[in-house]
Amino acid sequence: MGKYYVTIGLEMHCEGSETNSKVFSSGRNEYTEESNSNISPVDMAFPGILPVVNKKAVEQSIMMASILHARIPEYMYFERKNYYYPDLPKGYQLTQNPPEECVGNGGYIDIEREDGSTFRVEIDNLHLEEDAAQSTHLYDTSTINYNRAGVPLFELVTTPCLHSADDAVTYLEYIRAIYQYCGISEADSKKGQIRCDVNVSISDDPNTLGTKVEIKNVNSFSAVRDAINYEIQRQSDLKDDGRYDEEVEQETRRWDEASMKTVHMRFKVDAIDYKYFVEPNIPRFKLDEKWVKEIQESIPELPYERKEKYMNELGLSSYDAGIIIKEKPTADYFEKCVELGVDPKTAANWLCTQILGYLYQEELNIQDLYLTPEYLKQITDAIKDGSISSKQAKDVFAKTLEEKEEPNTIMEKYSIKQMSDDGALLDIVIKVLDNSESQINQYKDGQTNLFNYFVGQVMKETKGQANPVRLKELLDQELAKR
Amino acid sequence: MMDKTIVKLHEELKNNKVTSDELVKESLEKSHEVQEKCNAFVTIIDDAKGTEVTDDLLSGIPFGIKDNYSTKGILSTGSSNTLKDYVPFFTATAIENLTKHGCVPVNKTAMDEFGMGGTGTTGHTGVQKNPWDTTRMCAGSSSGSAAAVAAGVYPFATGSDTGDSIRKPAAFCGIVGYKPTYGMISRYGLFAFASSLDTCGVLTRSVEDAAIVVDAMKGKDPKDMTSWDSSNINLYKDLNKDIKGKKLFYIKEIVDKSNYKNLPEETEKHLDNFMATLDRLKELGAEVEAVSIDQNLLNAIASTYVVLSCAEATSNMSNLTGFIFGPRGEGNTYQEQMKDHRTKGFSSLIKRRFIIGSYVLQACNQDRYFKNAQRARRLIVDAIKEQFKKYDGLIMPVGTGVAPKIDGTDKVTDDELTPLDEHLQIGNFGGFPSITIPNGFIDGLPVGVNITGNCYDDQNVLNIAYALESSMDYKNQIAKEVK
Repeated sequence: MGKYYVTIGLEMHCEGSETNSKVFSSGRNEYTEESNSNISPVDMAFPGILPVVNKKAVEQSIMMASILHARIPEYMYFERKNYYYPDLPKGYQLTQNPPEECVGNGGYIDIEREDGSTFRVEIDNLHLEEDAAQSTHLYDTSTINYNRAGVPLFELVTTPCLHSADDAVTYLEYIRAIYQYCGISEADSKKGQIRCDVNVSISDDPNTLGTKVEIKNVNSFSAVRDAINYEIQRQSDLKDDGRYDEEVEQETRRWDEASMKTVHMRFKVDAIDYKYFVEPNIPRFKLDEKWVKEIQESIPELPYERKEKYMNELGLSSYDAGIIIKEKPTADYFEKCVELGVDPKTAANWLCTQILGYLYQEELNIQDLYLTPEYLKQITDAIKDGSISSKQAKDVFAKTLEEKEEPNTIMEKYSIKQMSDDGALLDIVIKVLDNSESQINQYKDGQTNLFNYFVGQVMKETKGQANPVRLKELLDQELAKR
Repeated sequence: MMDKTIVKLHEELKNNKVTSDELVKESLEKSHEVQEKCNAFVTIIDDAKGTEVTDDLLSGIPFGIKDNYSTKGILSTGSSNTLKDYVPFFTATAIENLTKHGCVPVNKTAMDEFGMGGTGTTGHTGVQKNPWDTTRMCAGSSSGSAAAVAAGVYPFATGSDTGDSIRKPAAFCGIVGYKPTYGMISRYGLFAFASSLDTCGVLTRSVEDAAIVVDAMKGKDPKDMTSWDSSNINLYKDLNKDIKGKKLFYIKEIVDKSNYKNLPEETEKHLDNFMATLDRLKELGAEVEAVSIDQNLLNAIASTYVVLSCAEATSNMSNLTGFIFGPRGEGNTYQEQMKDHRTKGFSSLIKRRFIIGSYVLQACNQDRYFKNAQRARRLIVDAIKEQFKKYDGLIMPVGTGVAPKIDGTDKVTDDELTPLDEHLQIGNFGGFPSITIPNGFIDGLPVGVNITGNCYDDQNVLNIAYALESSMDYKNQIAKEVK
């Protein structure tokens, strides 16, 4: 790996979760675990149904196209993509085609890497379409859940312009953030709201593209990274062995999560003829200039704008700010903390270390975290006023999440507090020193590391509640007297 | 009673000469009679009951529904085995609009399978026979509706028209068939055949009745994006027989006898009769002129229709897989199950059309066939619209004569007659309002004349038909068996 020039193109499908109804029907658009509960006759293609375009979804697609600096057409219409599959009730999917007729044609977006460098991703097109139902294949039977049928789907296609798996994932993460910030989608891959197809080719020379291999249905960003790296390795190995020209042809593969491999699906010659034609039931409609302008003016603060603000106004490092803006709910959590009066750097610190780590480990979303910004503030306030140490704070954090009780209750329940009160602490210090005559002598003889021994003894006596700073001061003061 | 017009029936109901229940009962009895004779129905709704009589002209009056309209709780098959037991859970907007006026559905009428056919012989319950002569067909696809209205089962039945499916059966059965401007009546709940051509409409025995019924059916529907607001149009109220100064044209190449090398005798009589009808129009003060249209365009009508309608149909009917509704096919894989369902469910005529539709849509053929057909459609429509700048309407004879024999013994197949047989498809290409009314008899069998106008000009088209109808003796005729 590394020998060859890698070119990657991405197709990212994002389900719109923030419309009330589906993209062409009045069926409710809401994620639910209960199968086949959000469906209308239109979603199941009962005879006589007709599509009706969801204006909100069109609006969202125009907003997204604008953010991507894409050309927005004067008129919009939809095409039928015809193929038979049980999860496609009508036998065709309503979509947009060709690229120049899509809601977004061309365009670009600049992406920042973690190290602060940037790269530009060129957009081929953004189109609005409907999702298919969800089929699950069991041992000897398949089930279909039609809740997903007709959910708005935004498909964003890049040109082959990316050159590493890391850049690909950084780009995808940023686009996900935009969907979230614009209130278009929760863009939650745990709910299957994000799915990607990846095109990978390698070449000896940067000016020629190699043979494109498409990998379908890559359903998480980590899988995108793995699939790209796997495919680069596979193709490179074939090139190393001199078998590239004979064995790599235009094909579609799929990512197999279990074996962490790409598996052949079909060759280009076997590609399905989708028999595209214009959906006659949706008259071509004009995208009124004024309306488009209104949508563009309503674009909310985007993730990089927030990052800039966090760095310049709140003093966060580029690294921390970059992590916090990655997902809107995280950024919202952060802003709530700041709004409540938590020091921004302290909040960022807690988020980037304890909280995101915990969420990752527990596979939770921050919206579902028991420790709300209000509770986090109880902890940081306790540190600030000296009533607990930062070590104790971590304990409070863990117990809060474990027992689902607010930090103040936890601190009281387990008497987690620092002993900062001079009188009581001084008594213990004197008591410890009185019982350590030989150690004091050794200390005075130059074994200064015995200082830690005295600290340890006091901590033991106070069950760890001594304020470490105050303790050090008192020890210094008392040892000097001996 | 059921041979009366809507207005007359309404008077009788209001004056308590008859009750709605009695009308419904009579209509049901008549349905069974006509079923016996013509095989006109898929379902007779025997438990139908009368409704309250209000000031609404349609209240309390029985009617028929073509079986490709979705009706909640009532079997709706589209005359296809693929839906032979399908009972919908929602009702088509057009039917909901009608029943809001208090009229009572008494049967679902048989048709060519999913509207794909012009003979009334391809439905899953068999052939519909013409009430004037049961050895003859009704034409289709609204065959059952035409037979029932002509036989006097009720004053009206809904139809649908993709090529000429209301207007041709109306002619062959001696009644009125009205296809309004595309989108005037919502298609929500109408089983799709070719969506860009499909139009809801009605079969009646008078222009007045057609106006009353379409007034009730029409309206913008939030469920159909192609529907439009026609609330300022009141067809019945604004009917006007005064057509002095109206200008109509007919297509010279199709109507002029001298253009044919082998004109069958029957067709000659039909064209002569048409000319006589034009004389009546002139007597009413209208001007009628022959207009030349490019013969190449006229020759392209039928093939343009085949390509476009088959292409849309093959896509529209891809929902018929037997998974969500319809009998589940047999097989070990979903492909086998779909294939089994569709192989057993569809008639051979439909399968042939699906293959054509699929072929013309394939990426490698699309430009040559489908896109060219779209271009031809536009050229044909433009040519006619050009004339609508000068003329109030197009008047043409319907078909090549009377209803053909079911056994095909009198079949005339001559390519030069194709434009005469198929020109009504122009109305669907342009979405034009178009109405057929009876204009006489040939050897005891009815023939019809058609008037087509520009989009949204329904009132004008109906007025011309209304005036012409009043000048002839075929209004409100009930089929009298010829033999």
